[in-house]
Amino acid sequence: MKVTVTVNGSPVAAEVADRTLLVHFLREQAGLTATNVGCDTTSCGACTVLLDGQSVKSCTVLAAQADGCEVTTVEGLAGSDGEMHPMQQAFRAEHGLQCGFCTPGMVMAAVSLLKENPHPTEEQVRSGLEGNICRCTGYHNIVRAVLAAANSEETR
Amino acid sequence: MIPAAFTYKRAESADEALDLAAEHGEDAKFLAGGHSLLPLMKLRLAVPEMLIDIARLRDLSYIRDEGGHIAVGALTRHGELEHSDLLARELPLVAHAAGQVGDPQIRHRGTIGGSLAHADPQADLPAVVLAMDATLVARGPAGQREIPAADFFQGLFETALQPGELLTEIRFPKPGAAGWSFQKFTKRAIDWAIVGVAVQGDQVALVSMGQTPIRAGAVEAALAAGASPEEAAAHAAEGTSPTDDINADSAYREHLSRVLVKRALVESRSRN
Repeated sequence: MKVTVTVNGSPVAAEVADRTLLVHFLREQAGLTATNVGCDTTSCGACTVLLDGQSVKSCTVLAAQADGCEVTTVEGLAGSDGEMHPMQQAFRAEHGLQCGFCTPGMVMAAVSLLKENPHPTEEQVRSGLEGNICRCTGYHNIVRAVLAAANSEETR
Repeated sequence: MIPAAFTYKRAESADEALDLAAEHGEDAKFLAGGHSLLPLMKLRLAVPEMLIDIARLRDLSYIRDEGGHIAVGALTRHGELEHSDLLARELPLVAHAAGQVGDPQIRHRGTIGGSLAHADPQADLPAVVLAMDATLVARGPAGQREIPAADFFQGLFETALQPGELLTEIRFPKPGAAGWSFQKFTKRAIDWAIVGVAVQGDQVALVSMGQTPIRAGAVEAALAAGASPEEAAAHAAEGTSPTDDINADSAYREHLSRVLVKRALVESRSRN
């Protein structure tokens, strides 16, 4: 079927099999490979993207379900001048990653979290990221990064 | 990991969804949030030939105060239940339990109707509608009918819905007794409950203690006879048939049910 998804602000149209998953559409049709396939079972969160502004696990959404919708991947966070999004800056400043595999999904989940709760407590950040697993177990700095991003957005 | 091939159809109205379901019979499944169905399809445990996408039928997504009861559209997402001011005020058990389903990403997609129609005995919301004596409303070729929650869950992944019937609304009576609690025990936040308990007043339902969500009848009888929460909770596993699986054996689940029912009853009474 013909699927058109607005990815990071630009329409991407492709003829795909009905069973195509959104994460494969993003990686193979849109050519955006930052979004990782991790567990492929809705558990690890590595494939998290924003679908119409809300975090979803793109391994458990059909491309067909996203037809006509807007998707934001981690590639779409930076400004047009290349300046990193405050969440990306915070992950860098706080060393919120080790191997980096979970990072694109972690960043997108964190962006969605702050949209819903701009001033979370540490506990709310931890529970808000419960759908994302870091196998390096680098959670402390990830949580610090999200709290720092919340503070930096507050002071901007 | 991708599902076996199928044909995808997006319904633009409930009538169109029902027509498609009538035309394709048992080869077709309704697709709402897809967060129960798609994982099963990826594992090839479900192999429907057609998916009828109903997720965009936003007229089946609402939370309304109807006076005597609260009506919730079947396509209302878990996150919408979790953050509803109306539910927080009138049905805090529903709002809280919805906020315990899966993780934020799952709650952004999954729907209450999808969870109920899927009827996984390990799921949270089936036990909640059972504890609250909710009524489920279904539409099918023969029209609309109401199904009491007590009659809805008939077996493992099996409900009273007939082929071609679409769950459209859940009606929650406004609870007479204010106290409520929802307890679940998981290894990780995103896992299914090894055991869960939903309490509204003196009505108690259990997650993962049988092939369907079940009411803890012996606990309710003990409470009615004047037992304390501690005494009543000792009966939690009576009449249950929990399974052995990779997470827990049945004896462990029975023990856990007594522990969690006690916690739930104590918490519920503290809210009266």
